[in-house]
Amino acid sequence: MMGLVADRLRADANRLLAFLFNQGILDEQFLQLQQLRDESSPNFVSEVVNIHFHESEKLLRNLRSLLMDREFSGYNKMGIHLNQFMGSSSSIGAKRIRNACFAFRAASEQNSRAGCLRALELLEHDYCFLKNKLHELFQIQQQRVLAAGARYPMQN
Amino acid sequence: MTMEENMGGSNGDRFPVGMRVLAVDDDPICLKVLENLLRRCQYEVTTTNQAIKALKMLRENKNRYDLVISDVNMPDMDGFKLLELVGLEMDLPVIMLSAHSDTKLVMKGITHGACDYLLKPVRIEELKNIWQHVVRRKKPDSKDQITAPNQDKARGGTGEVGQTSAYCSDQKGYKKRKDQGEDEEEEGEDNWHENEDPSNQKKPRVVWSVDLHRKFVAAVNHLGLDKAVPKKILDLMNVEGITRENVASHLQKYRLYLRRLSSVATQQANMVAVLGSKDPSYLRMGSLDGFGDFRTLTGPGRLSSASLSSYQSGGMFGRLNSSSTLSLHGISSGLIQPGHSQTLNSSINGLGKIQPVVLSANQNQNGSLFPWIPTSIELNQLSQTESTNHFGENNRVNDPNIFGVAASFSDATLTNGSSNNSLSTTSGKPLLSHASTQQLQHSDAFGNQPSLGVASLNQESIDMSVRGFPNCLDHGRCSGNWQGTVQSSNLRSNEGFGNEQLPRNNLQENNYWTISHPSISPIDLSSSMASSARLEDSRADMLCHSGLNNVVVPNIDHTPNKQWGDSRHNHDGNLNNSLCWVDSVSATGSMMDQNNVVGSKMIDVSLFSRLSGGSPFVVQHPKSEKSPFDTELRSNEDFLFEQSKPQDGFSRNNYESLEDIMCSMIKLVRMYDQEL
Repeated sequence: MMGLVADRLRADANRLLAFLFNQGILDEQFLQLQQLRDESSPNFVSEVVNIHFHESEKLLRNLRSLLMDREFSGYNKMGIHLNQFMGSSSSIGAKRIRNACFAFRAASEQNSRAGCLRALELLEHDYCFLKNKLHELFQIQQQRVLAAGARYPMQN
Repeated sequence: MTMEENMGGSNGDRFPVGMRVLAVDDDPICLKVLENLLRRCQYEVTTTNQAIKALKMLRENKNRYDLVISDVNMPDMDGFKLLELVGLEMDLPVIMLSAHSDTKLVMKGITHGACDYLLKPVRIEELKNIWQHVVRRKKPDSKDQITAPNQDKARGGTGEVGQTSAYCSDQKGYKKRKDQGEDEEEEGEDNWHENEDPSNQKKPRVVWSVDLHRKFVAAVNHLGLDKAVPKKILDLMNVEGITRENVASHLQKYRLYLRRLSSVATQQANMVAVLGSKDPSYLRMGSLDGFGDFRTLTGPGRLSSASLSSYQSGGMFGRLNSSSTLSLHGISSGLIQPGHSQTLNSSINGLGKIQPVVLSANQNQNGSLFPWIPTSIELNQLSQTESTNHFGENNRVNDPNIFGVAASFSDATLTNGSSNNSLSTTSGKPLLSHASTQQLQHSDAFGNQPSLGVASLNQESIDMSVRGFPNCLDHGRCSGNWQGTVQSSNLRSNEGFGNEQLPRNNLQENNYWTISHPSISPIDLSSSMASSARLEDSRADMLCHSGLNNVVVPNIDHTPNKQWGDSRHNHDGNLNNSLCWVDSVSATGSMMDQNNVVGSKMIDVSLFSRLSGGSPFVVQHPKSEKSPFDTELRSNEDFLFEQSKPQDGFSRNNYESLEDIMCSMIKLVRMYDQEL
């Protein structure tokens, strides 16, 4: 009985991951993150991703406020934020977001405010999507842990 | 200090296990991921998110860390500043880390002394090889048992590491390298024998930094070249940490370099006189093959006419690039992988004379600050003569010519002005770009150092050709990038030879960057791409990228020198993509970035405006999107865009290196001009 649940959960998780990879939302960096998970840090991935979300939201908010500012100060500050966002996104393995960042960067280099705005919207959209999906994934994984724990309390 | 001590007690035998790394990054995510990755590699990791704190920790105990990894953009202190300080004060290897693989940044990292430049996201494969930088800096004696296999491993390792790192290490190694023979002799004193067995070295490497070299040159000038003896130079320089032997070997190289310069000058004069005639001047240039640049890696012996002839490929532009690069590089640095050499060679053959010139140019370019001006002139000549033939074919041939020309001229002291003029008039812009890409390729092949020279040359040629390209100019970035690159490349290649002159070059270059031909932008793109990217991928994809595609960088395998472990996957798609800038503007923009090539970006912009993009090129998938590009480019320079196919192998590094090469080449030309 428990086995079925665990199997189902695992299948769900795999399906979700496969979907994310196929859609180019995640790349192999995410897999590397998963490999870094071990006994000493079993929740490594979720921890890192959660920190990333936290930071990203801050950065996205900053970007938006900078762009919407009446007196547009320039692309430098945005560049800094964007750079950090790109760095952490790529460290997570968020491929699509990273690509969207490239577009943003290109738009900012062209000094196109409209382009930046569009890119930002795309970024926000991608980010929200990714966040939802990853939350879903972590939920499944958590349930798996619970299911496994219920069945084999000593097992990790 | 023994290796054991340096390793902080961690077993020297088990090295690199236990290597102590200090990681600095303001982004908590990257820091955490990096920390875990490093731990996975069994290193001992300390992390901090503040550069100031990192500096403090380093200053507390210099022996506590073996390696520093630092982000480029940090709020409290510029990553480059930290890099400089660490290098100066603690002489530790520093690896730069950034999400942005801008050529300018990479170049900056090199000039500031970074031993590698990694792109985020950092992969564990790249981190597994970073220990090589520690080994390189340490005393080779105690590492004999380890170094020998390490060297091989390093070589192989670099191959795996991102192309950027290979490029970086190549540059460093090749820049300083003299002819093969001399290298061996100077082994003990030479810092740049990266791939040599360090067992010969008895002393720790002396890094001939820009400042150090400047002091050296000042001392030599003060004493007079004839009277300059190592002992006196050493006294005059008044720098601790270097021995008489260091100075002696450096002096020897310097003398060779000067000798080469003077001979090039005469050659240049000849060439200028015979501008318009192909063979004589070019052939003469060929004679330059023999002498390597002061820092040039490639031994003259490596240049073989055969390789030159291989350039003659009537084939695709892209192929030309690759082959030329290959041949050029292969010849000079032997690093080039004979990928597309055929095509390129054939195209070059068409040029005929150029080949010898090219070779020599390559050699000269390697790390030498020889002015690139002549090449531009050559290019003009070549393009003019060859353009008729080759333009029809997408200018494949042109490229090699240009390249050859540029190469040969690099040593020549043709005035930039003249070359510029000639270049601008040249209708074969593609040639220039081609040449530049080729040159860039060369440089890539030569390793980081040499490529710089080439890059500058390429840039120059590109600049010339780009004259009419408003886009390029419009974006001050382009020129800025190049300048930066050139400058940095120059600095890099010549370890100070060109440093003094770089500024001049830069200034001059600015003037030259008048884009006359819109089609040039692709060249820029390609060149920058070439320079920046590693020429590892010998695929024609590279060709596509920058229109210069022919200059296939991919062939040149910089893997051994990969210092900038830029993830290959980035480049693969990127390079190709960037070249395919022809496609959608927006796509290009993003693509370019991906390629981490500053140039690419620039090109994107310019290209975009020009090409009003066709199909968005795949940033990550080096698929060839030829058709859209082809059609787009038709209007401008067909061959340039022909190869828009993204090259899988096109690594970022190549791209960057090409750009660097261009920059350095341009700088050299400028410098030479100044000297004249």
